[in-house]
Amino acid sequence: MTDDKISQAEKDEAADFADRAKAQAAGAAETPGAHTLFDVQEMELNFGPQHPSTHGVLRVVLKVDGEKILEARPDVGYLHRGTEKLFETETYPMGIPHTDRMDYIAAATSNHAFCLAIETLLQVEVPKRAQLIRVILDELQRLSSHLVWLGTSGIDLGAVTPFWYAFREREQILDFFEEYCGARLTLNCMRIGGLPFDLTPGWTERLAEFVADVPARIDDYEQLLTDNRIWKKRTVGVGVISAEECIEWGLTGPILRASGLEWDLRRARPYECYEELDFVVPTRQGGDTYDRYIVRVQEMRQSVRIIQQCLAKLEPGEIRGKVPRVIKPVAEEVYASIESPKGEIGFYVVSNGTNKPYRMHVRPPSFINLQALPRLAKGHLVSDLVALIGTIDIVLGEVDR
Amino acid sequence: MAGEEKTPASEKPKEAPKAKLEAVDASEHPWVRSIRAALPDTVVSAKTFAGQVTVVVRKDQIARVARHLKDAEDFKYCVDVTAVDWRDRQPRFDVVYHFYSFSKNDRIRVKCGVAEGEEVPTIATVFLSANWCEREAFDMFGIHFAGHPDLRRILTWDGFHGYPLRKDFPLEGIDTGAAVYPEEWPEGGGPPKDDPNRKVVS
Repeated sequence: MTDDKISQAEKDEAADFADRAKAQAAGAAETPGAHTLFDVQEMELNFGPQHPSTHGVLRVVLKVDGEKILEARPDVGYLHRGTEKLFETETYPMGIPHTDRMDYIAAATSNHAFCLAIETLLQVEVPKRAQLIRVILDELQRLSSHLVWLGTSGIDLGAVTPFWYAFREREQILDFFEEYCGARLTLNCMRIGGLPFDLTPGWTERLAEFVADVPARIDDYEQLLTDNRIWKKRTVGVGVISAEECIEWGLTGPILRASGLEWDLRRARPYECYEELDFVVPTRQGGDTYDRYIVRVQEMRQSVRIIQQCLAKLEPGEIRGKVPRVIKPVAEEVYASIESPKGEIGFYVVSNGTNKPYRMHVRPPSFINLQALPRLAKGHLVSDLVALIGTIDIVLGEVDR
Repeated sequence: MAGEEKTPASEKPKEAPKAKLEAVDASEHPWVRSIRAALPDTVVSAKTFAGQVTVVVRKDQIARVARHLKDAEDFKYCVDVTAVDWRDRQPRFDVVYHFYSFSKNDRIRVKCGVAEGEEVPTIATVFLSANWCEREAFDMFGIHFAGHPDLRRILTWDGFHGYPLRKDFPLEGIDTGAAVYPEEWPEGGGPPKDDPNRKVVS
């Protein structure tokens, strides 16, 4: 359509439109906040609860200015099942399966923290063999949890390849769990005072073979990511937080260690037989998403070392301590915590002398760590939020309980 | 790899000494004495069980106690805040705080009794991490934290009535009136109206 073919009516209409736009712009100048065609305005954006990179059902209400996040408000509770209420209605040993369903990526460490709290309350000694197997299970779980983290947060940022490798190894770890206790995710693999089963024949040999192989495979993941330009661009300098701020926000686990504080409950307040084991607590100074990645990868290497040492120390022996058939602790209260893959997981138990806990409270690392998301996300782009949710490493089952 | 060469610094105090199974009075514990010296008339009682120190303080002083522990006693890390419902006791609730000190490598538990409907001063202004913990305690027990910057329900939804972790809250749940298709499903969810297994709760 050429100019001369435009009818007078159309020209009038265009002029009208231009006049209206001008009037609107003039009006907007007088009344601030009124909408104009090119006005930059804040917008509220719902991120989740069904967004794939929220790793579950997390909703984040964002206030954005273009792509920049001005404010992020996490909204949790979609998965709330009242686990703490359930603990109160069942006997002490019956609580263990509920802990599987909190952090379902790392059920062994939840089981362990639960059992440790009640063992502290009962002052029960766990036999040496059970301690070693517990540590092996914990570290296997840490490996598999970090592998899930590595795979999924890689996918979140567009690196699809590491996912296949990470889940290949995780599959093998789950096979070890399956052989040990019959379950792959909801393990229920610890009991108050020890363990439910002894190891199956040949398990240790196969595990030794597997873990000997793991460092080379971690090298493979690192080759895909550590010096990857895109990965670095997406992670370096994203979500920087200092160690002081970490403590203020209650952040624990790899997040705290990536900010420079060498604090790990396995080292600071050793439980089971961690004080006899030789391992390094990896730390980094930068406190950004990239450093948290490095710390987790290093932790995987340390887990391999720990498992190898435990396997060398394993000797035949008891797997259950002297626990009464009916567990009725004294009417007291204790708090016990361990280092889960996500941070400090603790159980606060209040007993009233009966066979059921009067109150059982979980200190969930994911819940407390997620609280710092607004602090980490402020000023970053919406696409970085995906990196940040990944780097906090939340499991919504544990956040909401 | 970074950090690999570092040797473990091994200052590791043993976990709770194997003690007899009863609480010991801890009113002469240095931390308790420190609180008492800084804030007279605050400490109600103190005990040690399994190597864990518990201090019961007056509830109106809790924010000052938290501030004192943080600044003077180096308990920089607020591990957890929660509550316990003692249904028939007066005051009804205990609000329980756990603090950890990196220099002492130890925890302290501080408790204060709160009656139903009373307010507790918030410590979210002292420790940022207490924010969500207090919201959870509010959501689950209905304990109001005075001065809290954002005291809303966190795990249940905003229109929810009732406090699930109170002892008088039924395990089966309550009728929340949240039914989406009331002609098909009863209010609050659960089995359909003609289901013989349906049990009316509230």
